[in-house]
Amino acid sequence: MKPGRIREHPILGPLAASSAEIAFTFDGVSCSALPGESIAAALLAEGVRRLRDHEASGTPRGIYCNIGHCMECRVTVNDTIGVRACLTPVAEGMDVRSGRRLPAPFGHSPDEDQGRLERTER
Amino acid sequence: MSERFSADILVVGAGPAGLCAAAEAAQYGWKVTVLDEYMRPGGRLLGQLHQERGGNWWNGIQEAKRLADSATRAGVEVRTGVSVTGLEQASGVAEGWDVWTDSGRFRGRQLLLATGAAESAIPVPGWTLPGVMSIGAAQVMTNVQRVRVGNRGVVIGMSVLAMAILSELRLAGIEIAAVVLPPRHPLSGDASIPSQVFASLLRFAHLAPRPLFRMGARLVQPSVLRKLALAGYPKRGLKLMGTPLQLRRTALEIIGDGGVEGVRVADVQPNGSAIPGSERVVEADFVCIAGGLYPLVELAAVAGCPFRYIPQLGGHVPEHDERMRTPLPRLFVAGNITGVESAKVAIAQGRVAGLSMAMSMNEAYGSASVEGRRDSRGAELLDGENALRGTASLESTNVLRGAASFESENAFRGAAPLNEKYAARDGAPLEEKLQTALEAVKQARREALIQFQPGIVEVRQEMYAKSR
Repeated sequence: MKPGRIREHPILGPLAASSAEIAFTFDGVSCSALPGESIAAALLAEGVRRLRDHEASGTPRGIYCNIGHCMECRVTVNDTIGVRACLTPVAEGMDVRSGRRLPAPFGHSPDEDQGRLERTER
Repeated sequence: MSERFSADILVVGAGPAGLCAAAEAAQYGWKVTVLDEYMRPGGRLLGQLHQERGGNWWNGIQEAKRLADSATRAGVEVRTGVSVTGLEQASGVAEGWDVWTDSGRFRGRQLLLATGAAESAIPVPGWTLPGVMSIGAAQVMTNVQRVRVGNRGVVIGMSVLAMAILSELRLAGIEIAAVVLPPRHPLSGDASIPSQVFASLLRFAHLAPRPLFRMGARLVQPSVLRKLALAGYPKRGLKLMGTPLQLRRTALEIIGDGGVEGVRVADVQPNGSAIPGSERVVEADFVCIAGGLYPLVELAAVAGCPFRYIPQLGGHVPEHDERMRTPLPRLFVAGNITGVESAKVAIAQGRVAGLSMAMSMNEAYGSASVEGRRDSRGAELLDGENALRGTASLESTNVLRGAASFESENAFRGAAPLNEKYAARDGAPLEEKLQTALEAVKQARREALIQFQPGIVEVRQEMYAKSR
């Protein structure tokens, strides 16, 4: 079940109603955000929490600190790499793309390297 | 050729300390620019939401807006979405600081670092899965972004911050299945040992609704009694607002395919060792890891500031005196970068830093140039020669009276209280205002609802006594 937005709150009050939704794409899929929302928040509101695959291991990653310290949320925005999704407000027409696993040099994957290390240690 | 300045005073961090310092210094005619990499001003104050002793709600978003509006009204330029990438002392004719950012270089005569604190992470196997986040991340997503972090979560780590945020998540209608301890390994330390966690929680018993905690607080001193109390702690945990705090349970691994699906847990002895055969899986779609807080001091290190390691304040803190001055010329610190305390202490420290900076600006450069104040675009102001002339300082907008002293030495490090002839708009000398502000910090510290670590009052006294 998509968790979605917190529209009502007993102390903070209702989420400001806004018909002005901002359209953007994530890996080519159409998404929308409310004004002022970060890329990470807008995607999470739609149930998307995988923001990239790790460059070496390929494991899926999403936000961790949500305040710009850890760089886990890095995405490519309009062809600029390394943009922190947690700090960047969505703009109309933004093309956001997730990073993928990069080709491994010499054909080794990190898992193969780890296996080699373990065999050596025995 | 004179190098031009972007501002008289640069502040890195638009949290409570930075905004208050900026607003204060700007009162005395100085041009202040605040830089912050987040999308809006307020720092970590933004996510705060809790009830105070009197029952009224401390609403971080409202408080942050109040501080940001104050700063703007005082003429401060607050630039959000700007990341500082480097800084160094400015060389050449003009003395000051160069701050490099992803929006270009800023040059100021004085620099305040108010970068706050960050969360320590406790690694847990499986912690890279989407859906695992720091407890602070959950606070920001919930209260600031108003997006649900998930349907059912587990919190790993039982600190006072975790408890506060747990209540905020519950307030927003988000279910937390359990709060458990982190796994025992070299990086989790005491956080994985039930008896230690119990002892630290008892210090905050006055905040807890449960009678056991209140009773337990009286047992803090004798460690034997503490162990007995812990032995009576039910394995299924004690409920706090419907969520079991499971002091006798540890997280072994976060599991899931593509994202969090659950947490494998096991029961533990009071000393933290796992009880064989007690493993089970708690279903969850998000996990919050709650380590401690530590001052975010990277920029002070880049500046070349010396440090002290003070565990009660969260770790390494830049050396500074009670007036928020570091040993480096024209470099100040305020807020959680000086040690992890409450937002109210950060606000009070910000005011001290603002006054301190205004006083040393007066001492070094005379009263503020009016030409600078008139420049609403906030571009280059107060170039070297104008500052020293000081002739434009007699108009009504300038709030300072008295002649500037051009021969005064640098006001830092062992200087006597600054000259009382520098008066403010209301006639009170700045030194007097500073004394009042220093008292306000001590008061905020005394009244703090939560002391993140015991002994903060003592270490502060010791630290500031040494630097006098």
